[in-house]
Formats: sequence, structure tokens, C-alpha cells
Amino acid sequence: MSDTPTTTKLLPKDEAAEKGLVNVQIDGNWIQVPRGTRMIEACKIAEKEVPHYCYHPKLTSPGNCRMCLVQMGMPPRPAPGADPVFGDDGYQEIGWMPRPVIACANTVAENMGIKTSGDLVEKTREGVMEFLLINHPLDCPICDQAGECSLQEFSVEHGRGQSRFVEDKIKKPKNVDIGPRINLDDERCIMCSRCIRFMDEVADDAVLGFSERGTHTTVTCHPDRRLDSNYGMNTIDLCPVGALTSKDFRFQMRVWFLKETKSIDVNCGTGCNTTVWTRGNQVYRVTPRRNDDVNSEWMPDSHRLAFHEVQGENRLTDPMIKVDGKHEITDWNTAINSAADALKEFESSEVAIIASARQTNEELFLTQGLADTIGTENVATVERTGEPDGKLISADRNPNTNGAKLLLGDSTAKLATIKDGLNDGSIKALIVLNEDLFEEANFSHDDLAGAELIISSHIIANKTAHASDIVLPGASFAEKRGSMVNVTGRLQRLNQAIQPSGNSKEDWEIIRDLILAINGESNDMYMIEDVVKMIAENVTEFNGLTFSKIGDQGTQLIETGVEIPLLTKERERAAAGIIVG
Amino acid sequence: MSDIKYLPGKEPHPREHRLIFKNIDREGWDPSIDTYTADGGYEQLKKAMAMEPGDITTEVKKSGLRGRGGAGFPTGVKWGFIPPKNTKPVYLICNCDESEPGTFKDRYIVHQDPHQLIEGMVISAFAVGAHTAFIYMREEFPEAAITMEKAIEEAREKGYVGKNILGTGFDLEIWVHRGAAAYICGEETGLIESLEGKRPYPRIKPPYFPAALGLYMAPTIVNNVESLCHVKHVIEMGGEEYAKLGVDRNTGTRILCVSGDVQKPGYYEIEVGKMTMRELLNEVCGGPLEGRSFKAVIPGGSSSKILRCDETFQIGRGEDAKDLSFWDIQLDFDTLAACGSMAGSGGVIVLDDTRKMSWVLNNINHFYAHESCGQCTPCREGSTWMKKISDRIVEGKATPEDITTLEEVAYQIDGKTVCAFGEASSWPVEAIISKFRDELTADTNENNERLSKEQLQREMFLGK
Repeated sequence: MSDTPTTTKLLPKDEAAEKGLVNVQIDGNWIQVPRGTRMIEACKIAEKEVPHYCYHPKLTSPGNCRMCLVQMGMPPRPAPGADPVFGDDGYQEIGWMPRPVIACANTVAENMGIKTSGDLVEKTREGVMEFLLINHPLDCPICDQAGECSLQEFSVEHGRGQSRFVEDKIKKPKNVDIGPRINLDDERCIMCSRCIRFMDEVADDAVLGFSERGTHTTVTCHPDRRLDSNYGMNTIDLCPVGALTSKDFRFQMRVWFLKETKSIDVNCGTGCNTTVWTRGNQVYRVTPRRNDDVNSEWMPDSHRLAFHEVQGENRLTDPMIKVDGKHEITDWNTAINSAADALKEFESSEVAIIASARQTNEELFLTQGLADTIGTENVATVERTGEPDGKLISADRNPNTNGAKLLLGDSTAKLATIKDGLNDGSIKALIVLNEDLFEEANFSHDDLAGAELIISSHIIANKTAHASDIVLPGASFAEKRGSMVNVTGRLQRLNQAIQPSGNSKEDWEIIRDLILAINGESNDMYMIEDVVKMIAENVTEFNGLTFSKIGDQGTQLIETGVEIPLLTKERERAAAGIIVG
Repeated sequence: MSDIKYLPGKEPHPREHRLIFKNIDREGWDPSIDTYTADGGYEQLKKAMAMEPGDITTEVKKSGLRGRGGAGFPTGVKWGFIPPKNTKPVYLICNCDESEPGTFKDRYIVHQDPHQLIEGMVISAFAVGAHTAFIYMREEFPEAAITMEKAIEEAREKGYVGKNILGTGFDLEIWVHRGAAAYICGEETGLIESLEGKRPYPRIKPPYFPAALGLYMAPTIVNNVESLCHVKHVIEMGGEEYAKLGVDRNTGTRILCVSGDVQKPGYYEIEVGKMTMRELLNEVCGGPLEGRSFKAVIPGGSSSKILRCDETFQIGRGEDAKDLSFWDIQLDFDTLAACGSMAGSGGVIVLDDTRKMSWVLNNINHFYAHESCGQCTPCREGSTWMKKISDRIVEGKATPEDITTLEEVAYQIDGKTVCAFGEASSWPVEAIISKFRDELTADTNENNERLSKEQLQREMFLGK
């Protein structure tokens, strides 16, 4: 090497520094990552998996499981007065530390080296795995977590495959009724404290904690408290083992038989991203799916368990026509044609449509088409509000209020007009879509006394269905495709996880068929994509959009200025470096 | 100091150099402030308060004072870690959770000479800029808590504690906080968590170095009782003069707590490094018990690695390399570290030829299994596993293979844990096995069934 620099070429450290990055060598390869990145996240960027239990990017990092121990190295500090020495590649030589360090809580530094493999790391992981398993009951055959258990997974990858432990295992409480929806098995627990931290940091209800100490350490609820928060079930998803299980799902199905369908929650305007877990034509559970612009990784219990309505006993399964005051099952052609014929008996202005902000954009677009076909301007939607919980549950309990505004205009005020019209006799026929007039739209039987025709579509045999002349059974959120716009203006997708129950039909097809039966034209919409295409062509905000462009994470359609409180808090914590985010 | 009289039978050994323990067992001594001030007490506080805080830290750095709690980290350097641009309050914590087995020095200070500690603390707090200080008192010292609180009140009345100390405008409140009997509360970040009212789970370092992110996430200095008392003497003597006590890089005096199989167990304050093992055990402590001989010594509390009395150590590097017999070990931080052990908390546990090492090992394992806080995996699971294996060795139910497993388990803990408890629990095991493998193996039998009670019951029930 010459004594004088021959070029003015920047060193890698200076190049990186200009971009706010640092150079990190991970398993021999140099990459650049933002300053302040956690080592574990840097490894993820380098596509090197670091096994871990306690670390979670949305929670603080206590560094207690010790599974993410890796080898770390830094350039040795130059002697006083000496300058650092850079090799031909522009990097300083790395001096490797003899002890492993946790990758979850330590951040990267310029010229740092990380080894995620090698003798030290592999021996360490093997040791930690062995420790985690010695007092674990190994009851995998009857454990709900089997198949999605980190203990199983890392045991296969990093364990020694054989136990040296011949002592008695520690006994701990089993089958603990820790909350209305959650069961705890303390013997399975590996004390990662994710549940404790979640309840404290995200759910704002610090009911969980450890009692006892050492190997007897036990996760427990504080005295006289229960894990009954409406966010409690997120601890089940967070639990890397089978310690916390869902009372609703436990022993129902082995998880490897379940098919996963990405979807969204339809119980409020937030539209938490979800995964719908099904086998055959049955939904077994719904879990939250990560979306940092909507629900982080969480969802409220009340929304998670709402899917049971889909397979409840009150499901409508067949089209019906009321004959002599009694509903009789019929076929779709008869039902649709009867509906069209009946509607033709009325003047356009005598027909009103009570639509719903629970409908998908595609259904709402066709609803407007139906109104146009009939020639009525009486199209209303029902407002549905409740107390927001300051986290994920929005005050707007309709999942698609913004979609309804875009596709039907401001339609909520028209509900009162329609009610007046029914009472003064100017409206005589009602089409009710996805709403219950009595329970949800505040109609009384007196209001409907003058209605000569009621056609309704719903999934449940509600009071409106009972009052209807023609009943058209629709599909639940799990049984259809479509899109919705959440409170923040984000366009998101529902995917079909199972087939519509019995002989019920996807709602968009029902409305399409009704339109065609009324106007007598031939069908030009065979697939829901055809509807999406028409929306994209006719509604400015949707220009150029297709289902695939919406994607699994949704896309921002309009700006409403509404913020989701839980995300605001999460972003503050991430900005403060408390969590990765 | 020749005019000081001690209680009969409690006189210091002539080889001792009493600085911290000057007033312990002193005739006519009581813990009151009058007795203390009559003996020149709080004069160093007055001297220190006339100095610049930074100069006090400089003196402490010059003195070479190293922490007496276990790790032996230079006290002045520790103080210097408070971020220079800090705007948060600074806290001083006196670690009086003396719980390392074999250690019994701090208890005498807090029971008999509380004002020495208060004086040391006020000087230290002034140096680091703390206006709130805590004495974290282990639960097992209820009397000391009362004594300390009384002493603090006395000092407050005289204007040594509280608002506007000695008219300088410096305020300091000292609070006594009692622990709830957990060894882990002696670990400084565990102590801080406990003080905050939480489970004493030690924090990860980085990022939670107490000097930057300590109590309530503010800069916090945690010092041992003895270390804080030394600060007073550093001020009295001046850093350079203090550094002349002891040997190079191992300055001052320290109190050794000798327990176990010697004629005269007890506490001995010596100049660091100015005494050898031979002198301590044979001369100061009066040699082995009648008809017995020394076998091994645990030199710095139960977590330090055991030393065999017939061992020879290779210490030093290059030209300085030499062989050192156990008997010639200088009792200081660096020599004991060079011999593969540590000076630790000064708890010297002496074992003679009547002691079975399997029993010693098991005794230590029981302690650490009981005291593991349970936060991190290797220590939580490993410490109890080690206990269970050594239980079987003691019961004569182990096989030679168990010794190997036990050793491997120890190495699986060592260096993998959140705090130093991992080393504290694994080092004794590693050292006892490597140095007494034959003796331990002799306690095992290849033909022993390696089955747990549970498994044996199952076998019996099912019939073999």
C-alpha cells in the first residue's frame, strides 16, 4: 500500500453516512441499513432469519428469551493517537466478540459484523432450545398451537433432537380460566412476556404479570382481575407457544387443515385486515393480519368472533315468496322474476331502496344501477354509530360509509324522507338490502302498514325478512368478493373464503339479476371484475383500479383526515425508539 | 489510631489496616451522631463541600478506588459516565442488598457506623449532582433500616442532610428502601426495577446502562456501601495519598469476610494486595481446624470460581509470565482475576479436607436455583436443572454421564444471560467440576438408573 492516497474515492462509511446509513457485514456480506436499525431487523433485510420468541416489532424488547443471540464484532478501537486502518475493500477489520449478543435490542453501527451461524451461535441456540424444552410438557398431540408453534419450528431447526433431561418436570397450573375467551396453560408457557407487554403497552389494561420466581415463574392475572379486555385475544396470536389458547377455537380443528384467506373485518369503519381460516365450507376462526396503515397487527375480540353469525342457525339459505302470509321456498328465477314483475306494478317514484353502507362498492354501484333502472331517486342508507374505543373500533359501525358516499352520494338523510313517504302513501314498494328495518333503521310496523311490496335481501332471517313478500338470501363477508373504503379512505378487498350458504347467492349477482329482469336486457356482467371495471370507468375516484391493484394491503383511495388512534400511538412509540413499529 | 480500644475478643489483627472498619466493635462506640462527630465525623463532608464537584470525582479517579460490590469497576470512572449534557435528575443509590453468600461486611457498617455511610453518600451525591439518594437495604437487615433512618434524621437535624446542606445551597434527601429478600436485587438494574416498584428483572445493557438510563430512566449511580464509605477516606487523605494504600491498580483497603473451616473466621480489613493467601489463612485466621488441612477456597463470594489449595496458576504474559502457587496469591482484584477467579465481594469461603465437593456444589446450586429471577431462559431453566443433577450426585443416584451433562449445562448458561447471574450460577459449577472431577465422579455409579422419580414410579406401576 502506498503512503499517499491515490484517489479521492469515498470510503464505504462516508458513502453510507451521506445517506444516513451504516455498513453492516452479515454472514460475510456487506449491506447498508439505516442508522439505528435493530440487528435483528438488519438480518431480516439481509434475508437471514434470526429465531426469536420474546421480540416483537410492535412491543418493547426485554431480551429475555435469549433465542436471538448472534455473534457480533466491531473494529478494534485504535491505540491512542493512531488512525483506524481500512483494508482494500474500504472496511476495517472486525474483531469478533467471544460472547454472543442479543440481536433484538441492539442496534447496528458502522462497520459492525454479525454472524447468524457458526459454532458459537449454533451451540447457543441449541442450548437455549434445550432449556426451553426441559420443563415444557411436550403435549403437542393435543395442543392447539401444534402446527403454528415457534417452539416446534425452532426445535426442528435449532434443537438437538434429543433430551438429556431425566429429572422431574416442574408442575404448574393447567387449564386456567384466565378470561372469558382465553385459557392459559402455564406449563406450556416459555415466559417470553409478549402477552404481558401487549396488555400493558397496547391494550392499556395491564392485567397480566409474572408471579413466583426462577423456574417456577408463572404468568398470571392480577388478583381479582381477569383477562377480559376486548383486545385480549390478540395475546393468543402473540403467544409463540400453546400457553394462551382461544376458548372459541380450542380443540375445534388442527390448524394445518385450515385454508387461509386474506380479508377484512366488516364490523366497523376501520376495516381491520384479517385472515379467515376455513376448512370445507366452514369458518373456524378469524385472526388479525398485519397492516401498518389500518390495524397494526391487532383486532378487537368482539369483531374477531363476529364471524359466528355467518354460520348461525338463522341463516337464510333459499329464496322465498310469501304466499297467503306464509313464506314458501322457491327457485331463484321465480323469485327474481316475481320481484321484477311486482316492481313494475308501481310508479317509479313509489319505489324506494334502503341500501346499506355494509354493502361492498360493487353492490352499491349496482344498487345505484337498480335505482336508475327503476327510475327512482329514493335511495337511502342507514347510519350506524357507536362509542369509539380509542383504539381500533371506529364510531362508524358501517364498514363502507365512504364507499356509499362515493357511489350513492349523501344518502343517509333520505331515510327520513322514505319513512315519511311510506306514511303519507307516496311510497308503496320497498327494496331493502342488507338492513333490518326494525332493529337497525328504526322503522315500526305502523310505518310499513302502507307498504304494498317489500323485497329484501339479507343473510339472516331478521324481522324485515319476516315482513317481506320476497326474500333474496345474500352472502356473508366470508362468502363473497368485493371492496370497501374504510374511515381513513383506504380501499380494501374482501376475498371469498367459503361458498355462500345453501342456495344463497353473492349479493352483486342478486342485484344484477334484478336489474336484468326489470329492463329485460341481456347480461354483460359475468364476473365481479366486470363490475369493478364499470366502477373504474364511471366513478372518478376509482379510475384505473382493479382488484389486483388494490392488493392485500389495500390502497389509499381518498383522504378523509381520519386517524386511527391505535396507530397514532404506535407511531409515536416507534418515533421515540421504544418499539421498532 | 493506637488510642482506639476495641471490645475484648474483637481486637483487629495486627496485619489489618482499619479504615472503613475503624469504628466497628470499638469500645464506647455507638451509632449516634454525637459519637461520630466527636471522633471527627462530618469533617470530610465540610471539606468536600468546599470543593468543586468535578474535583471530587477527579480525586476519586486518582485514588484508583474500585467498587467493592463484586465487579471491581473503578468508582470515579463510573461517575464519569453520566452524560455531560444531561438535563434529567441524577440519582445516587447505595446498594446495601449484601446477599452474596459468604459476604458480611456492609452489615457491620449499616448497623454500627451509619454516619460514615451517610457522610460518604452526601459527598458522592454532591460529586455526581444527585439531590435524591436511596439506600436499598436488604430485607434481612430490619434493625439496620431503623438505625439508618434514625441516623439520617440526626444528620438532618445537624444540617448534613436535607435542604441547603452546610449552607452551601446543596440539597439532598436520603431514603431507606427495604427490599423483599431477593438476591437479584443486588444486581444494579434489578435493584433499580425493584426501587421503581416492579419485579427486579435486570435490564438489558445496552441500552439501559444506569449512568445514562437508570432509575426512572434518569442517570443513576449505584455504589456499594463499602465503596461509598471509601469516598470519605479518599477526601480525607487525598486521591494520591489514598492510592498509596494497597498495590498498583488495586488501591486502598478492603474488608475480607472469612468464613468456613478456619480457626478464626471473621472480617479483616487489609490493604488490597498486601497480603497473600498463606498469610490470610495461616497467620490472620489462625490456620485450619484441629487435625484438618485446607482443601479449597472460594475467594470472592459463592459465585467466584473455587481455587484448590494445591493449585499452581500461570499468570502474566510474555516476560511477566510466571507460575504462582495458591499460597502466594496476593489478595487483590487483578491477581485473583489472573488466577481465573475474582476478588468479588470479599467473601472468602474456606473448605477443609472434611468437605465433600459434591455437597459444596449442591449447596451452591440450591442457592442459585432458588434465587434465579426467572426472566431469561438459560438461567431460569439451567440453574434448577443443575440443582437437580447435583441433588442426585449427593444422593448417590448419579452416573458419570451426569457430571458431563452438568458441566455442559453450566457452559450453556455462561455468557448467554441478561445479567451476571448467569455467570454467578455457572462459574462455581464449571470450576468445581474442572478441579474436582475425580472426586465428583467417585460419587457416581455407572449402574445407577438415570430415571426421574416420576419415571421410576411409572416403571414400578407398570411393572418392568
